[in-house]
This record gives sequence, structure tokens and C-alpha cells, in this order.
Amino acid sequence: MVQFSDEKLKKVNEIVGRYPEGKQKSALLPVLHLAQEEFGGWLSVETMDYVATLLKLEPIEVYEVATFYSMYNLKPVGRYMFEVCQTGPCMLRGSDDIIDYIKKKLGIGVGETTPDGLFTLKTVECLGACGYAPMMQLGKHFREHLTPEKVDQIIEECRRTAAANN
Amino acid sequence: MARKLLLEKANVPGIRGYEVYRREGGYASVEKALKNMTPDQVTDEVKKSGLRGRGGAGFPTGMKWSFLAKPEGVPRYLVCNADESEPGTFKDRYLMEFLPHLLIEGLIVSSYALGSKATYIYIRGEYAWIPDILEQAIAEARAAGFLGKNILGTGFDCEIYVHRGAGAYICGEETALLESLEGKRGNPRIKPPFPAVRGAWDCPTVVNNVETLAAVVPIMNIGGEEYAKIGVGKSTGTKLISACGNINKPGVYEIDMTISVEEFIYSDEYCGGIANGKRLKACIPGGSSVPILPANLLLKTVKGEKRMMNYESLSDGGFPKGSMMGSGGFIVLDEDQCVVKHTLTLARFYRHESCGQCSPCREGTGWMEKILKNIDTGKGKKSDIDLLWDIQRKIEGNTICPLGDAAAWPVAAAIRHFRDEFEWHVDNPQECLV
Ligand SMILES: NC(=O)C1=CN([C@@H]2O[C@H](COP(=O)(O)OP(=O)(O)OC[C@H]3O[C@@H](n4cnc5c(N)ncnc54)[C@H](O)[C@@H]3O)[C@@H](O)[C@H]2O)C=CC1
Ligand SMILES: Cc1cc2nc3c(=O)[nH]c(=O)nc-3n(C[C@H](O)[C@H](O)[C@H](O)COP(=O)(O)O)c2cc1C
Ligand code: SF4
Ligand code: FES
Repeated sequence: MVQFSDEKLKKVNEIVGRYPEGKQKSALLPVLHLAQEEFGGWLSVETMDYVATLLKLEPIEVYEVATFYSMYNLKPVGRYMFEVCQTGPCMLRGSDDIIDYIKKKLGIGVGETTPDGLFTLKTVECLGACGYAPMMQLGKHFREHLTPEKVDQIIEECRRTAAANN
Repeated sequence: MARKLLLEKANVPGIRGYEVYRREGGYASVEKALKNMTPDQVTDEVKKSGLRGRGGAGFPTGMKWSFLAKPEGVPRYLVCNADESEPGTFKDRYLMEFLPHLLIEGLIVSSYALGSKATYIYIRGEYAWIPDILEQAIAEARAAGFLGKNILGTGFDCEIYVHRGAGAYICGEETALLESLEGKRGNPRIKPPFPAVRGAWDCPTVVNNVETLAAVVPIMNIGGEEYAKIGVGKSTGTKLISACGNINKPGVYEIDMTISVEEFIYSDEYCGGIANGKRLKACIPGGSSVPILPANLLLKTVKGEKRMMNYESLSDGGFPKGSMMGSGGFIVLDEDQCVVKHTLTLARFYRHESCGQCSPCREGTGWMEKILKNIDTGKGKKSDIDLLWDIQRKIEGNTICPLGDAAAWPVAAAIRHFRDEFEWHVDNPQECLV
């Protein structure tokens, strides 16, 4: 069952308190972020319905928001999601080659997840790191000035952390 | 060295923390404004400075503030636009990451001027590590008595909250941003009414860019008149430029708008010239939404004058022969780059980001991407180029918000200045120019 811990529920209340009285719908984006983090990196219908109950919204109000924003995953994703930017400024600095390299290295296409469930490859649009291109987002952080060697290192690092946490 | 007002202290070790920031003179503007000035006097100072919105539209900030409706008993809000998603733009990120207190200081003074007791920073979701930095700065400012109730004993109450977006370029458009702040899809509203009259939760609201609000600090410190003396004409003060693409030194630079484009590209103080000893081919000087210019028109205006890095000069020549300052996202293409392919990535970007409310934008951006893809991959026809031109013209001016225009302009300018390259692609389906 989907259920926030007491500590997270306190956090939800704190978030709701940032907005004017009666405007708790404003807390929807931050609370969806929190839910995605807590419940497996994606938003299932069950999770969205839970958020709707918490914020006293109709489920549809949650679905329409969750489907609008690109950072909410509506399907399960790999433990590590490589979100590689492919917009103009990154393209000028070789993002296409980096994407090809990752595809080959992981043996998956864009939008796919490795069979072990560790890696998902996604292409994204400009993330505000154009001067440090090519780049990708990995979890909360950006990895910039990517080269094939750097990609190798990142993959290694993910494998190591995953092994250590298992 | 150009005069620096925003980034002057960026390299001081520990400037991210309150103590060092304060020791370096931080929060003086809050003391000055709250203790010695009325809110209207602060607004007047900003008016005198000539500061123009740094989010891209260049609307005079003091004027916008004075348009804020003030009905009795209705709260007013200040919302800081930190959605920064325009390809080529990463200056606000730099300010927030390295000088968070500068933004918080600017927000407090601006909130005082506008009477905002709850001020929101709407930050793009992908900048996921920055809210922690901002929240830390907010907590420090609050502990020092610059936020909260009865600030500095003046009776002014103010809180600042960080609100994370979740991945949508359109939420940088101020009315879409407000919808998103209210927990909805980022569908832009029809303007007018402007947010200054009806904004967040239907209350009067000022939306300003991160850099605009940070600039309020030096304006208060040196005075509006002094600020207005820096720069030239209606381009007063300093401007952050984020430079990227095929240059030696990509990064964020503060310029005083009196330097030429040529100096900005080639001098070691800024971009340091084109990377790998190549030649300059073209440049988009103000973020992906503004027209691309070929090297000759970039460095000199049609009249043969040196083109300067300021609002007036960059737009000299209008759309056919000029461009715009926009968001200050400076994208440089070297001689080996393919304009068709670059334009295709931008078309894909706008198709991806269209909110879908207006049919010209929703359908048109899709068609432009498809046709450009055909041309880029050698499946194009000559008539496709005219078709592209036709589509962009049908989008421009026919939509609720300027994203439609922003999608149309890069395509229009690319065809206008590089038609031969598009034709070459059609005639030589096997090979690309590069
Ligand atoms: N920084 C970034 O990442 C991006 C920036 N942009 C820039 O955004 C610009 C377009 O922005 P818009 O907000 O649509 O431009 P706009 O010209 O409609 O408005 C500019 C500002 O002035 C205010 N304003 C204008 N007339 C007013 C009036 N009569 N009363 C009260 N307030 C008034 C608006 O509320 C707004 O805050 C483009 O020029 C583009 O360069 C676009 C995409 C991304
Ligand atoms: C599609 C679109 C995206 C925008 N994105 C941003 C943005 O990311 N940051 C920003 O400050 N302004 C952005 N703007 C401009 C805002 O609507 C608004 O003009 C600005 O926040 C006002 O602040 P300023 O007067 O300080 O520039 C965007 C406009 C459009 C049409
Ligand atoms: S122009 Fe495009 S992004 Fe703007 S409201 Fe219309 S469909 Fe949405
Ligand atoms: S284009 Fe890739 S981060 Fe901006």
C-alpha cells in the first residue's frame, strides 16, 4: 500500500503551509516530487490517487498535472536514469556521439532500460548546462563535459553503488 | 576590465554562506531600504536605474512595479522566475548556485517595495540541487533577522518559499508559471489582464527574472542614477551573458553593454575566440528564440557599424537583418556546423515544449520538425523550404503566448540567411555540408 511515513506527512503539511489558506492544490507539484522519490521513482495510479486524497483533490486533477510535466515518470524506470541533453548547444559540442556511445555501451536504445533494471537512457531538451556540454542529468545532479571515458566512469560508479546497496 | 556589479564577489571563498556574504557588505541594501525609505521610494530608485527585465522581454522593471494594482485588503505577491529553460541560457543558475544570498537580498528589498509578504521562487525542476542552496540561504537570512516577522523592527513581515517545477519550458512564460504555481498544467493565460493586475491566486503579482531581482541590490547600493550611467542608451547597468557552443571559453560573463560583439567573442576576457582555430559561421545572440545571424551581420550592422552587445544594437536591422538581446543566451556556431541540423534541434525543442492549447503552435511545431527532419536526412524537396516558410508565418502572431513566435523565428531566420544551405541539403541527399 502507498503511504507516506509520519515524517514525510509532516513534510507534506509544511509544504501545504507555504501557500495561502485554502490553496493546497498549489502543493501538488512538490508533493508529486516527494511521492515519486518515495514510491519507486515513478507515479503509479495508486500513488496519484493517494496524493489526490492527501490534498483533497479529484484524481483527474492529479493525472492531468502528472501527464503534463516531463519529470514525472508514469512508468517504472531503471535505478539510474541517464537523461542526455540533445538540444542545439549540446549538439554543437557532440551530444549525438555521447548518446551513440551510451547506446552501444549499455546495449539499449533511447527510452529503453537494461535487462538488469539498472539503467534507463532518455534524451531530454536543454537543461541549462549548455556551456558545460555535452551533459546529462543523473538523479539530482548534472554530469557535465561528458566524454566516452567519463561515461565509462559514471557507469562503473553506478554499478558499484548498486552492488554495495544490494 | 568591465565594471562588475553582480559577479564582483563571485570568487570570494565562502561567499555562498551568510557570514562571508555579510562581511563583504551583503544585506546593506535591506537595511537602507527598510529603515530609511518608503516602498515607493525604492520603486522610484529602480525606475531611475532604467533597469530592464532580464528574463528576455526587456520591459522596464520600475514601470512594471508601479503598475502593480493595490486594492485594499488584497494580498500582493512577488514571484521570482527561475525557470530558465531557454536553450543557451544558464546565467540564473550561476547566480543561484554561487551567489544565493544576492538573490535573497534582492528579493527582500523588492518584496518590501511591492508589499509582498509571501514571495515565491519558481525554479525549474531539473535544477534539483539548487533549492537546497536557496533554502539554506533563506534560513540563514531568517536567523539573522532579515526575513520573518517584523524585519529589523520595521514592522515589515516577509517569507520566501522555493517552488520546484517539474520539467516544462512553457512554465517560464509568466502566466503559465502562475498556473503551475497554483498546481495546474502550465497552460498560459490570455494577457491582458497582466499579472500585475491579476496574477497568483487572482491577486496582483509581479513576476521578475532572477537576474532582474539580483540587480536591485547594486541599484540600491550605488543609487539608481549611478546605475543608469553604466552602459549606453536604454541598455543601462550590467548584463549577464551565458556563452556556449563552439568557443574556447564557454561560461557566464558580466558585461557592461558598451563592448562590441567582436570583442565579446574574441577577447580573452570573454569567449576567447572560436574553438579549435576555426572560423565563426553564425551566432544566436539571445537564446534559441531570437533570430540567428551569419558572421557578417553579427559583427556589423547593415549600416556597416560595429554591432555592440546591447539591446538596441543587437536588434538593429529588425528581424530581417538583426536579432535580439533576449535572455542573453549566446550560442556560437563554427564553420563546420550545419544550420539545418541545428535548426532541427530547436524545432524539436519547441514541438516538445508546446503546451498544445493553440492549434497553430501545436500542429505547426510538429510540422516544422517533420519537414526539417526530412531535409536533414536527405528526403527533402525544394518546395519543402517554401512550405516551412509558410508554416512559420502562419504560427507567428496567431497564438496565445509567444512560444509560437519563439518557434517560428529561428526557422524563419535560418531560411532567410542560409537558404542556400537548405537547398544544398535537398540537392545532395547523400551528404551533409559538414
Ligand atoms: N529566460 C528564458 O529562459 C526565456 C526568456 N524568454 C523571453 O521572454 C520574452 C517574452 O516574454 P513575455 O513575458 O511574453 O513578454 P511581454 O512583453 O508580454 O512582458 C514582459 C513583462 O512586462 C510585463 N508587462 C508588459 N506590459 C505590461 C503592462 N501594460 N502592465 C503591466 N505589466 C506589463 C509583463 O507582465 C511581463 O512581466 C521573449 O522576448 C524571450 O526573450 C523566452 C523563453 C525563455
Ligand atoms: C515561452 C516563454 C518562456 C519564458 N521563459 C522564461 C524564463 O525561463 N525565465 C524568465 O525570467 N522569463 C521567461 N519568460 C519571460 C516571462 O514571461 C516574463 O517576461 C519575465 O519573467 C518577466 O521578468 P523580467 O521583467 O524581470 O524579465 C518566458 C517567456 C516565454 C514566452
Ligand atoms: S503558443 Fe504554444 S505554448 Fe503558447 S499557449 Fe499556444 S500552444 Fe501553448
Ligand atoms: S542545450 Fe544541452 S543543456 Fe542547454
